[in-house]
Amino acid sequence: MNRAHRAACCAVGALAPAAAAAAGMHDALQPAGPQAGHVHALWLLLLGVCTLVYILVVGALLIGVARARRGDERAPADVASLAQDEPRLRQSVGAAIGISIALLAVLFGATVVTDRALARLPLDGALHIKLTGHQWWWEASYDDPMVSNIFSTANELHIPVGRPVLLTLEASDVIHSVWFPDLAGKKDLIPGRTATLALRADQPGLYRGQCAEFCGYQHAKMVLYVVAEPAAQYEQWAAHSRASAPPPANDETRRGQQVFMQSTCAMCHAISGTIANGQQAPDLTHVASRQTIGAGTLPNTPSALAAWIIDPQLAKPGANMPPNGLPPADLQALVAYLRTLQ
Amino acid sequence: MTAASPPAAAGPVSRPHRREPAFELRQRYGGWADKPGFLGALSTVDHKRIGRRFIVSAFAFFVLGGILAALMRLQLARPDSALIGPDLYNQLFTTHGTTMMFLFAVPIMQAMAVYIVPLMVGARNIAFPRLAAYAYWIYLFGGVMLYAALVLDVGPDAGWFSYTPLAGPEYGVGKRSDFWAQLITFTEVSGLVVSVQLIVTIFKLRAPGMVLTRIPLLVWTMLVTSFMIIFAMPAVMVASTSLILDRLVGTHFFNPAEGGDALLWQHLFWFFGHPEVYFIFLPGLGFVSTIVGTFARRPVFGYVAIVLSLIATGFFAFGLWVHHMFATNVPELGKSFFTAASMVIAIPTATQIFCWIATLWTGRIVWRTPLLFIVGFFLILVLGGLTGIMLAAVPLDLQIHDTFFVVAHLHYVLIGGAVFPLFGAFYYWFPKFTGRLLDERLGRWNFWLFFIGFNVAFFPMHILGLQGMPRRIYTYAADTGWGPLNLISSLGAFTIALSVLLFIVNVAWSAKRGLQAGRDPWGASTLEWATDSPPPPGNFHPPLAVAGREPLWEEGGIAGRVDGLHDDPPELLVTSLLDATPQHRIVFPTPTIWPLVAAIATTVLFIGSIFTPWAIVWGSIPVAITLIGWFWPSKDETLKHRKVEVKP
Amino acid sequence: MTAPVTPFADRPAVIDAAPLPSFAFGHKSLMWWGTLGMMAIEGMAFALAAVMYFYIWSRARAWPPDVLPPELRWGSLNLLILLVSTIPNEYTKRAAERFDLRGVRIGLVACILFGIAFIGVRALEFTTLNVYWDTNAYGSAVYLLLGLHTVHLVTDVADSVVLAVLMFTDRIEGSRFADASENAMYWYFVVAAWLPIYAILYLAPRWM
Repeated sequence: MNRAHRAACCAVGALAPAAAAAAGMHDALQPAGPQAGHVHALWLLLLGVCTLVYILVVGALLIGVARARRGDERAPADVASLAQDEPRLRQSVGAAIGISIALLAVLFGATVVTDRALARLPLDGALHIKLTGHQWWWEASYDDPMVSNIFSTANELHIPVGRPVLLTLEASDVIHSVWFPDLAGKKDLIPGRTATLALRADQPGLYRGQCAEFCGYQHAKMVLYVVAEPAAQYEQWAAHSRASAPPPANDETRRGQQVFMQSTCAMCHAISGTIANGQQAPDLTHVASRQTIGAGTLPNTPSALAAWIIDPQLAKPGANMPPNGLPPADLQALVAYLRTLQ
Repeated sequence: MTAASPPAAAGPVSRPHRREPAFELRQRYGGWADKPGFLGALSTVDHKRIGRRFIVSAFAFFVLGGILAALMRLQLARPDSALIGPDLYNQLFTTHGTTMMFLFAVPIMQAMAVYIVPLMVGARNIAFPRLAAYAYWIYLFGGVMLYAALVLDVGPDAGWFSYTPLAGPEYGVGKRSDFWAQLITFTEVSGLVVSVQLIVTIFKLRAPGMVLTRIPLLVWTMLVTSFMIIFAMPAVMVASTSLILDRLVGTHFFNPAEGGDALLWQHLFWFFGHPEVYFIFLPGLGFVSTIVGTFARRPVFGYVAIVLSLIATGFFAFGLWVHHMFATNVPELGKSFFTAASMVIAIPTATQIFCWIATLWTGRIVWRTPLLFIVGFFLILVLGGLTGIMLAAVPLDLQIHDTFFVVAHLHYVLIGGAVFPLFGAFYYWFPKFTGRLLDERLGRWNFWLFFIGFNVAFFPMHILGLQGMPRRIYTYAADTGWGPLNLISSLGAFTIALSVLLFIVNVAWSAKRGLQAGRDPWGASTLEWATDSPPPPGNFHPPLAVAGREPLWEEGGIAGRVDGLHDDPPELLVTSLLDATPQHRIVFPTPTIWPLVAAIATTVLFIGSIFTPWAIVWGSIPVAITLIGWFWPSKDETLKHRKVEVKP
Repeated sequence: MTAPVTPFADRPAVIDAAPLPSFAFGHKSLMWWGTLGMMAIEGMAFALAAVMYFYIWSRARAWPPDVLPPELRWGSLNLLILLVSTIPNEYTKRAAERFDLRGVRIGLVACILFGIAFIGVRALEFTTLNVYWDTNAYGSAVYLLLGLHTVHLVTDVADSVVLAVLMFTDRIEGSRFADASENAMYWYFVVAAWLPIYAILYLAPRWM
């Protein structure tokens, strides 16, 4: 980005404070990868041309009405133009139409160029992730040629910086749409169809994606975080994610695991390394390491987790998770256990 | 003799005809007069009376839709607001969109046409007038049904375009989406019926001498719009019927598990949905042409170019629909075609804009409120059109699709392109509807509040969209940083509300105390200004023949009068399509209650079929009976008609 | 009753409409254009239903999926009956244009008899489709197309019954003959609509 561009970005940014980095970046005007970068370039061209056209057209109108003579509704109208041609007007209008067509052709050309650039993202060595949209959470499955290396997670992705990622998109219920403004344009997840989205993060950071196709009650709270990190860190995270959950180490956490298995939790959620293998809800094997719970609804803290378990309907009314009336000691133990699932 | 009468008229003061006793009306206007009292109101077949109530009802829906928007803006003004929960919010935005698109924007354009077009072409009524009455009642009953559902907390909540599978049988629980789908049926029947009427009126009921190149530009826009409606509305009818079938009797049109496809809905809906925005936009352009011409005191430059642009737009509008689906996995090459088409359609609109600027540049400007709203149209619509070009580019669309950027764009084009001209049209034709002028000062306040409020409300949304804010969310977290711009936007929304309130005050006050308008307060050129304000039953006594495109401006523009048409039974003159030469007379229907009764029967059929498919079978019997009653001639009428009959 | 003197009443009379006919046949009449408008709307609906059928086909592996195509006999018989019904239909139209009341009465009754026949055969068609509307998307599309056309058959016959009854009363005037002529045009439309739908439902799955 050159200096002028940066200044422009700051001006726009000054109009509305950008999100704090801790909450994840979500600004299409701050591309962090080639896909969003190509689009950003197209945006600047379109913005420039459209602003110019707007100034010219509105300028012509305002100057025209300011210059024109004043009339009177009681005076007869001027019908001379019905009998005679107005060659100068015809030429001006014709020229304006010609320029408009030329500009549109340029913009169309730029669109085609951008389309091509987007399609040419090199995908060698791409990381394959299958993303399934649910009402109102994201299921992710990291693919691998070795079946034992495949692992599942939910609502938060980690990807290595500088390596292409190929997302395969499916939906289990209604249409959703995945969108990381800093990384790429959006793509819909449509039941009965499989789509793909290719992207690459070239800068490390926390990126905030959100469902971008109205999908029911809690469409507003269906956030998907992407953590882009250096390759080595990513490999560490991936290796850790493949591992099963560690067994509980003390009485409280053992009690917590018992509560989990004996309540309805295990009917919907899975924790790898235990008998809990529910497929209806987010995989909890590494839940404690995520930024948020409830797909961006609450911060991932013990008190928020406790409140969530007791009644998710308070923070996310309409969510498919029912309230769980647990005695306080059980709740505390359960939370302690879940907090060990790093 | 072509000079306009000045506002505080010295000429004949127009009398509000409805205050005359029914007996006198019948004496003067024969079969054109309505029956007295409430029954007269229910049984009228006078296009002006039907048009007026249509306009008022559509405006009432505009206000209702606006109230829903105000509630939404109240909720979104602050992050994490607990004011409105997701269920209610989803019903609010769905009903807001559905109201504005199906109960306000399209119907009000048709309603204005129902009133104005027959007058502008010199006809004494609209073709098939009983159908106009029926269309109005159907529309009203559908709208009432929708709001009843909302009030009862079973309002549709899947968005105004009701995507499947969210709106389908599995995820669209209860009857909510059925109310939406059936509302479509009500409003589409109404819209289609009026479109046929307008086309027939424009083709066959024009004043003698009104050849194609003398047809006013507003009439051309209504002709093109009506054709578009005929070819586009069946798509949403078929779609909504298929949706009800999926939900009610287990068909699988949109169910991928049994061979259906969720995207089939989108294709069907948007094949209608894209042309629909042109049903709204094109009449607005017709208002612009009319007002620009009158207040520049010259014929609009580029008549032929504008007509060709309108027709081109009408055709191109059918080739854009996939641009609503760029984020789906339809083939990429296909998407490029729709990008090109979406950009090309800007050219006919641009042509018209340049022609209007040329007209204003070389005219003698009269600054009245209608023209102010037209300037507002230019400033807002051009911006919206340019963001439309941005959205047409697939790569950029994939960033801003389904965000508040689109919300900004659609409001810039719809409010700028249609609502501003509509308000201009209200100020322009109010004197013709009522005989009195709207107050100019209140008009200016109305305009400025609306213009400023609109931009404050909607401009920030462009930025919010680029900053990641998706559409249709009931709340957002504080750490997204979207709070300040949302607050500003909400303040703008309330300013808009204030301006609309001001408009209502202006109407209420001016209807009783406004300046008397006289026949032609603006010194305009088209035929509706050749008769009284408001026009009498039967519009023109006697009907006129024309010899020019601007009949009230040109020397000899009015060729003369048409004699020999009866008032009892009421007769119109049917002319040929191209040259408007007289072909035959036709007797028109007199007031009747059957359209209302048929509309009630139809409503029972439509609402019943939300609950059981058998309603279609049993419900069609009363509908059939009422339609037979409608068409069955009375002995009296038959005898009257035979008296004036001349066989071809 | 005298209409009031209003603006421009003092202009010379350039047209005297009194000797003009008070109704017309064919494209001169308003009802002809109204009927044409109806045909455009309904035609578009048929076209869309056909597009839906082919769209669903494009996403299916086999066609028809999991079921046999509809049996040919009743649909083909109906094709024949509908085509032959154009004879009394054309007869009615011409009788109307000659103001031949007796001819119109006979013609309309004949059309209605054909109508009863083809509605009866249509009912039989529904029983040999080899699929239900809720079996799969193919079945849904078949029922939509056939159902749409059936609604038109029923309304067409109902129109004709009302008109026929009217022709036997004393409520007859010149424009009723024009109505009978327009009714014939609509009848042609309903017959013509069957041709592509028959081809789509019965022939396409066998031949394509």
